[in-house]
Parts: sequence; structure tokens; C-alpha cells
Amino acid sequence: MSGGHHQLYRPGETLVHRLPPQCKLVAVVSFAVAVVATPRECFWAFGVYALLLGAVAAAARVPAAFVARRMVIEVPFVLFAVAIPLIGTGERIEALGVSLSVPGLWAAWNILAKATLGVAASILLAATTEPRMMLLGAERLRLPRLLVQIATFMLRYMDVIGDQMRRMRVARESRGFVARDLRQAPVLAKSAGALFIRSYERGERVHLAMLSRGYTGEMPSIRDLSASRRDWGVAALLPGLAFVAALVAWSLP
Amino acid sequence: MHVPDGFFDVPVSVGAGVFAAAGVAVCLRGARRELDDRTAPMAGLVAAFIFAVQMLNFPVAAGTSGHLLGGALAAILVGPYTAVLCVAVVLLVQGFFFADGGLTALGVNISLMAIVTTVVGWAVFRTVTRAAPGSRRAVVAGSFVAALVSVPAAALVFTALFWLGGTAPIEVSSVAVAMGGVHLLIGLGEGLITAVTVSSVLAVRPDLVYGARGLARRLVLRTADGEVEVGEQEPAPVRAGLRPVLVGGALVAVLLAGFVSFYASSAPDGLEKVAADKGLSANAGPHHLEDAPLAGYGVKGVDDQRLSNGLAGVAGVGLTVVAGGAVFYAVRRRRRHQDRAIA
Amino acid sequence: MTAVPLPVSLPDSLKVSGLAYAYPDGTQALFGVDLTIGRGERVALLGPNGAGKTTLVMHLNGILTAGHGSVEVAGLPVRKDTLREIRRRVGLVFQDPDDQLFMPTVREDVAFGPANLGLKGEELDRRVRDALDKVGMIDAIDRPPHHLSFGQRRRVAVATVLAMEPEIVVLDEPSSNLDPASRRELAGILRDLDVTVLMVTHDLPYALELCERAMILSGGVIAADGPTAALLSDGDLLSAHRLELPYGFAVPAHPH
Repeated sequence: MSGGHHQLYRPGETLVHRLPPQCKLVAVVSFAVAVVATPRECFWAFGVYALLLGAVAAAARVPAAFVARRMVIEVPFVLFAVAIPLIGTGERIEALGVSLSVPGLWAAWNILAKATLGVAASILLAATTEPRMMLLGAERLRLPRLLVQIATFMLRYMDVIGDQMRRMRVARESRGFVARDLRQAPVLAKSAGALFIRSYERGERVHLAMLSRGYTGEMPSIRDLSASRRDWGVAALLPGLAFVAALVAWSLP
Repeated sequence: MHVPDGFFDVPVSVGAGVFAAAGVAVCLRGARRELDDRTAPMAGLVAAFIFAVQMLNFPVAAGTSGHLLGGALAAILVGPYTAVLCVAVVLLVQGFFFADGGLTALGVNISLMAIVTTVVGWAVFRTVTRAAPGSRRAVVAGSFVAALVSVPAAALVFTALFWLGGTAPIEVSSVAVAMGGVHLLIGLGEGLITAVTVSSVLAVRPDLVYGARGLARRLVLRTADGEVEVGEQEPAPVRAGLRPVLVGGALVAVLLAGFVSFYASSAPDGLEKVAADKGLSANAGPHHLEDAPLAGYGVKGVDDQRLSNGLAGVAGVGLTVVAGGAVFYAVRRRRRHQDRAIA
Repeated sequence: MTAVPLPVSLPDSLKVSGLAYAYPDGTQALFGVDLTIGRGERVALLGPNGAGKTTLVMHLNGILTAGHGSVEVAGLPVRKDTLREIRRRVGLVFQDPDDQLFMPTVREDVAFGPANLGLKGEELDRRVRDALDKVGMIDAIDRPPHHLSFGQRRRVAVATVLAMEPEIVVLDEPSSNLDPASRRELAGILRDLDVTVLMVTHDLPYALELCERAMILSGGVIAADGPTAALLSDGDLLSAHRLELPYGFAVPAHPH
């Protein structure tokens, strides 16, 4: 994925912010599963999902404009989805002078609805959960510790590396470099090479700093995050209601 | 290539998820062997590097631009197991922290971008460098070819997954051509950038290129006592071991049995056809196990055709593995007893 | 400030003999370094850019393995099997605090070391607070490192090392990139420390202010070793090794 990535987290003290991260992670993933499993013909179900997300956004005091802005990431697939009815196979109809495929229209709706809901849910998760907490939640959920540790270091140093890359780009462009086509790729690649060496060497130094302070392969445990039944209950509202809607949708002819 | 929610149907998403989880599990152990206790910070920093480098856009054709995927590059620089972990972590972070890529599509995304590109890239790289061991040029050339091939390979697997369970009614051949075509061009860019990156790292810190181990020159130290030659310490060769093969094989078997089998041709196989042609099948009576729970490659009581087939397939694989494993184990024990008796 | 009289029986904090090393790309950096630092001394390691100071320092806790020669810390030789203890004894403060502050909060960073040594609960907390107190950063205890200024991060980095209770603290360019106030604050902290200090720097006034002894590393060997004031007053010596006193600075007649 290209383009600038800015952290989505918006600090706050709402109910949603305070929920333990592992609850939120399970809730959002379950919600996404419910959405994806819903038959596309049931428009009302998707309306329900959108309402549910709206309620979460309101509870978390996340403005709609914020979510909308961050959904720009979706754009490439929106374009693809729009193209499907034009190039799709199957029975066709005429609309506004353009021939559209009926299964294609269904497919486009299916993808658009589900992808949009999925992205919105992810945005709400990221907006209300500090990155550090998200990792701790993942650890609680028994994601392999090594993966969590790798992710911790990645997050810690993402900005540092990105910063270095930016400085190299500024240095290049200050000397008149413009990436026009593939022929300029070697210059970018050499920067990438330099960036790799610096990243790797920093990784070595970090490892060394860890060893210097007695690291033997196991990260010492730090914070304890337990979720009460009430926390799980609150978090379960979103996916729970979504599953109810999905089940109703499935059982209808 | 980040796939959003809803693009693939549930069986494919789940299947890919299982495959991705297993692949990552295998690589967690492999990476520890590659890097030992340095794994967390090193892989983390390399993941940050890949994340940064994926922002390198290069134009491929009028209006379209591609960006580096990085799987092959990572494999050549830090080894295949670590590379898979790094890209997988990048995808997980992108999914959960940046809402980039559907959460239900993580299985597909990790399979395609973390596993397929890395494995294919590494395999191609090793093939090229084995043909010309000890040559720096082979390493750079291998990097180019590996990255070049890895991208369309991922596109091909994407197309296969699309054929299995894509939710859009587009001709698979069109998808194959479009995806393949674009990604061939992206592969060119990726190949070029990968080769030059590896080459530039080789020039300054050859010890950092995993794929170039064994290329280092011997060093000479000039000390007060005269010249002392210091050999480059070769890192212990990573022995892949049998387990990844077993796990990988089991996974492929489950995937094939569980999902692909349903789409297998229902046309009679060679034997049946010949039997039918020669009029032999008229004599075939019903099998005496016709009423067994798994008869007819279906699971009794499960009505959905696809699910029924899939479960039967998985059960079949499971039983075969258990039976085969039992035989293998029994034979090995017997052999060990014999060896011990001789020794 | 006069040097504290040293008890004779304590081993030297650091003893380097005949150290030689070449980089992976072939360039040789150290051509046989010999130096000894006693317990409680504060020594500055001077030298031009590219002299190999950082490279030398990286041998002191085993990051780099010498091609030839040996390093001993308080009598313990640096070897593969002694690395863990060596690394507790040698507290290395990197030039870039970002290399050292890799945990999400200051507390966790300072606690990392002692936690790995087995400390827990009350005791761990006390160690962390003591270390942060010594560097004057106790208020930042629960903040993420990247929210701190560079000077503050540098101080926290020193705290992470102090929490290990090392034999010798080695600082790589401690005053670089610090504004004058931060520089002064750090000097105060270092002056009050009760450990052996080796300071790699080309900030000559800082070296004069804090260290009674200095060594010049040049051409991959120790070219000079003596009282800081004497070294810095020798103009020929300085210019022979690409060192210069800052504009307008003159060595005070009675430093300390």
C-alpha cells in the first residue's frame, strides 16, 4: 500500500476507549466476519451494520468526517468495484444508455458494502486503541509472542525509518531528482539499499542495547491487562447484534 | 494488492487464513534458527524498512503505478523465514492500525504477499545462485529474476483464488490476463529495484546479505607482529529440517482435499471411462460400504454439497495421515530396535 | 577536583591490549590499541572523526570481536562466554538515544535492564526511580520516549545504563546535539556519578571540564595519554591529530 500512513489513534476517555484492547480486537474481527457472511441481497442487514458502527462512532466521539477521510484508502477498490458491472459476465440490462451486467451489479454492491463496513470498523478500532495497547491485547489473545515483539519494534521504529527515508528523498530532490519512469528506479533502489543498511545496523544496535541490559531472549513481562465480564459484554454488543442480523438474513428465503 | 473484505467468499477466506496461520507458525521457528535471540529487534527493524520501502512508487504504464511488495528482497537480505514474518507483520499492522486491507482478508493477503512472493522469490534465487555458486553477479542476477518472477506468481495465485471463490462475475481468463499483465510490469520494476538494492548492500556490507553468505573474502590484519589473516566466520548453515516439509505438505493436502476437490472435474477418471467403454461397469455392484458415514466422498448428515465434500476430504486426509504415520512410526521403532540390537 | 585515592587491590576497570580490527569491507580501523583505566577515574577519549573511537568502544562490551588483541573489564576478559557479565559491567551509552530507548515508556526502558537481572516488584521500582532521580528525569517516568526532547532522551538513556549498576560507564559523544542548558545539566549529572567514566568526545572543553585524564586515538593507535589540561595545552600535539580548541577558548590555568 502506497501513500502516507498517519496513525489513526485519537486520544479520548470514552467508554470505547477504555475497553480492554483484547475485547475490541475480538469484537471488530467478529463483526467483520458477520458482515462478510451476510448474503448480499439483504440490504437491510447492511443498513443495520452501518447503524451499529454509527452508534460506536458516536459513543467513541469519533467524527464522521474523520472516518470518511480515512476511508480514502479504499479508493482503488471502489474504482474496481465500479468497473465490475461494465466488464462482468452474465445477463445484462440497460441503464442510462450503458450496458451493465446484473450479476456484476450485485457483485459490485457486495464488495462495496462489505469492504466499506470493514474499513469503517477497522478505523474505529484504530481510532480508539493506542498502538501499544493493541499489541498488549494481541498478546493476551495468545498471538505468538515473537510476532508481537516484532510488531512492537516495528511500531517503535517506523517513524525513525520513515524519517530517514524522507530525509533521503529531500536530499535527492534538492539535487534535482524526479522519478518519472522506470529508468529512475536505480536511484530509488540505491536509497533503499542505504536505508536497509541503516535499518539493519540500527536493529543490531538495538539488539546490542538489549543485550547490554541483560536480554536473554525473553522480554520481561510488564503490564497486566485483565478484562472483566462486563467489559467483554459491552464489547460483544457490536458483533452480537451483527450476528443476530446475519442469522436473520440467512434464515430468510 | 491488498484485498478488502467481501472480495473472496468465506471458504476461500477461511482456507487462506488456515494456510497463512500455518505458514507463519513454521516461519516463527525457522526465523529463530536464522536469527536466534536477535529475531525480535532485527525482524522488527526490517519490517519497518519494508513498510517504508513499500511507499516507493514507480510508474509502470500510463497512469498506473506499482509499488514494491518486498517479499523477494526481504528473503534475499534476511533469509526466507524471517522475510515471511516481516511482511506478515507489516500486513497485520497495516490491517489493524491503518485500516489497510480487510481484516477477514488477512489470510488471503498474508498468503499472497508474505508467503507466495517470498517462497517463490527465494526458490528462484537459490536456483540461479546454485547454478553459479560464489559469484557476486549471480547473486545480483538472481535477485532480479527472483523478484521479477515473484510478483506475477502472486498474481497467478490470486487468480487461482479468484477462480475458487471470487465474488465478482468476471471471466477468470480476463482476470488472469489483467492481473498477470500488470503484475508482470510491476515485477519488472520490483526486479530492477531489488537487484540494485541487493547490489548496493553487497558493496558496503556483504555480511548483511543472507543470500550471499559464503561470498566474503578473507581479511588481512596488519599488526605490530606482521600480517595476520582472519577468515570470515561463516554462519552455521540453516538446516531446513523435515518438519516444515511435513507441515507444508499436510497443509497443501488439506487445502486440496478440503476445497479444491469440490471443483474437480466430475467427468469419469481414466479407469472408469475405460471400464464404461469396455462395458465392464455393467457388472459393478454397489459397494458393501455404501452406507458408511463417508461414502461417496460426502459426510452423511451435512446437506450443503460443498461443505459435505470438503469435510469428507479433510477427514480423508486426516485418516490417511494418521494411518500412514502409524505405519511409519511402527517401522521406525522396529528399525531402531534392530539397530540397537546390532550395536 | 582531585582524584579520589584508589585502593590498590581493586582491579583496573578497563584493560585493552594490542587491539586490532578491520571492517567487513576490508578497511582496517584499529592497528593495536593499548590502554588501562583504573577504578574511579574519569577519562576522555579524544580523536578526529574517523579515528575509530566508536569502533574501539564497541569492542569494550563485545559488540565487535577483535581480529587481534584482548579486552579485560575489572579483570574479566571479553569472550563469548563472559559476554553477559561483561555487558552488565560495561554500561554503554550510545550516541543516538533512539538505539537505546526501544520500549514504549521511560519506565519500561529503565526497568528493562534490572528486570532481566531478575529484579521484580518493589525492588525493581526502586532501582528505576533511583536511576531516573540521578538524571533528573523522574517526572517523565510514564511518558513515551519519542515525546521527550533530545536532551531528555539522552538523560533517560544514561538512566537505563545506571539502573544496571555498572563498573564503567562509557559514553559516546555525550554532549553532541545538546543545547547549552542540557549540556550543563548533563555535566552536573556525570560529575556526581560514582562509577568509572570513559567519555568518547571531540568536545574538548567538555572533556576538560569533566575528565582529569585524556587519551588521543589517532591512526588506529593511542597517540597520547596524560592529564587533560596538559594535552589540551600542547598546540602541536593537537594539530598533529586534527584537534583544535574552539575559537576563543583557552585552557584555564587551574581547571576544576
